Amino acid sequence: MARTVTTNRKLINTLIAWTIGLLIFFPILWTILTSFKTEAQAISDPPVFLFFDWTLENYAVVQERSNYMRFLWNSIIIAGGSTVLGLIIAVPAAWSMAFVPSKRTKDILLWMLSTKMLPAVGVLYPIYLIFIQLGILDTRAGLVIVLMLINLPIIVWMLYTYFKEIPGEILEAARMDGASLKDEILYVLTPMAVPGIASTLLLNFILAWNEAFWTLNLTAAKAAPLTAFIASYSSPEGLFYAKLSAASTMAIAPILVLGWFSQKQLVRGLTFGAVK
Amino acid sequence: MATQQSRSAARLMMAPAVILLLGWMLVPLIMTLWFSFRVYLPMRGGDQGWAGLDNYIRFVSSSSFWPSIQVTLIIVGGVLAITIVFGIMLALLLDQPMWGQGIVRILVIAPFFVMPTVSALVWKNIFMDPVNGLFAHLWKFFGATPVEWLSQASLQSIIMIVSWQWLPFATLILLTAVQSLDSEQMEAAEMDGAPVHKRFWFLTLPHLGRAITIVVLIQTIFLLSIFAEIFVTTGGAFGTRTLTYLIFQRVLESQNVGLGSAGGVYAIILANIVAIFLMRIVGKNLDK
Repeated sequence: MARTVTTNRKLINTLIAWTIGLLIFFPILWTILTSFKTEAQAISDPPVFLFFDWTLENYAVVQERSNYMRFLWNSIIIAGGSTVLGLIIAVPAAWSMAFVPSKRTKDILLWMLSTKMLPAVGVLYPIYLIFIQLGILDTRAGLVIVLMLINLPIIVWMLYTYFKEIPGEILEAARMDGASLKDEILYVLTPMAVPGIASTLLLNFILAWNEAFWTLNLTAAKAAPLTAFIASYSSPEGLFYAKLSAASTMAIAPILVLGWFSQKQLVRGLTFGAVK
Repeated sequence: MATQQSRSAARLMMAPAVILLLGWMLVPLIMTLWFSFRVYLPMRGGDQGWAGLDNYIRFVSSSSFWPSIQVTLIIVGGVLAITIVFGIMLALLLDQPMWGQGIVRILVIAPFFVMPTVSALVWKNIFMDPVNGLFAHLWKFFGATPVEWLSQASLQSIIMIVSWQWLPFATLILLTAVQSLDSEQMEAAEMDGAPVHKRFWFLTLPHLGRAITIVVLIQTIFLLSIFAEIFVTTGGAFGTRTLTYLIFQRVLESQNVGLGSAGGVYAIILANIVAIFLMRIVGKNLDK
């Protein structure tokens, strides 16, 4: 039986929860608001909250000064490319582990996870050197490869946990009816796996978009994505709060929207199926 | 049942992922190990032969090694304590009936999706700047002297920024665990007259044990290697140089690859100690 809750209690819960929620969200809200202020209003004391002259000027300035679109484009290519490439490699692997498990499947899965634990800084120079040798330093292709590799274990794991939930009997039935391996994957498995693949895609796109070690260390001018674009604001000249806010808002807005869609998958994806 | 044919097909399908990850793990790792035993200064003569264990000894005996370990542990410990305590409280709160639960959830989760460079810069300038920051305005409003956050309370500030980023993660996982709590058991305890704090201590907390362990392990692995938050805010100054940052400086700033690689090996060992515990839990879960 569901417990009855008095309206009073619910009201108090609501008040507390909304207050805390808004407090946690406040830095993001404030950044978005500041991006619409003039530089003078952005630092005015006392601060202005809503009643200021809303302006889009900062967005124009940021776009003009640093060619925001180029960084955005780099971010999209790098995050999108690494995710799609990762999926192409991970789907067959996860499929075979989920449906044709062997004694070693578990060990392979755990080993894949263990590669994720390798601290990036420990292998920074070797990667740097390999990149120079291959001529892919500061290229989007280089970053696509690295981000694909660091997210590959997560992609395999997420897909594996989703595939595991698809009943194997359906595949057997298809096989009985004479479906080839290719048909089985293409026409039976894929339609059932689409939701899982979609959430994997979403979460890994977000992770790649926000990755800030390799993107900062392996790019300079050409391939720099939004993480590096924002970091370039760390040595400011003059008044720049409103412009910084505009740049920040542009960098996080797309991902905030995607993130809201993927909140359910976040738990599964980042705990490797250990919490569901 | 799997046939011989489907078994070999399965192996073939796994091969690309396995080979790629094997290469990704082994090649740089072997190179790092190799460099760690060499005198290797790319800008000052390149590879100058064997160093034996010199790099390992020098890295540990340098005056910045122990402080960096200490800073790393303080940041990891501080962030863990904050995110878990507040995460539990938030998870319990979000589990209560209320209006607009979905929206509150979204508000709480949002910081996790903010790029680390963005959150570091926004906190550093718009909030923590001693002259124009929002905190400075607030302090002045109450007649207090504004704090120079990132130089006077640098560690606390970084812990705060990182905790803000990771609180959503802890909350979300703990909330998932709270929601799977057996409500009948809870009601029985309530009817038997168990007070709120006892119900929390003897029912809720043990139930959350597993989730807490997982949050601790996963966050530790990510927190051991936080980079952007320090790179952007203090650049390792004011006593905020973590082990990761120290290695980064040795390799890229002072261009001493041999020494940095030895540090890298230490970092890999440290991360592996944590990883072993995480793998055990995840591995156990696979059997179920």
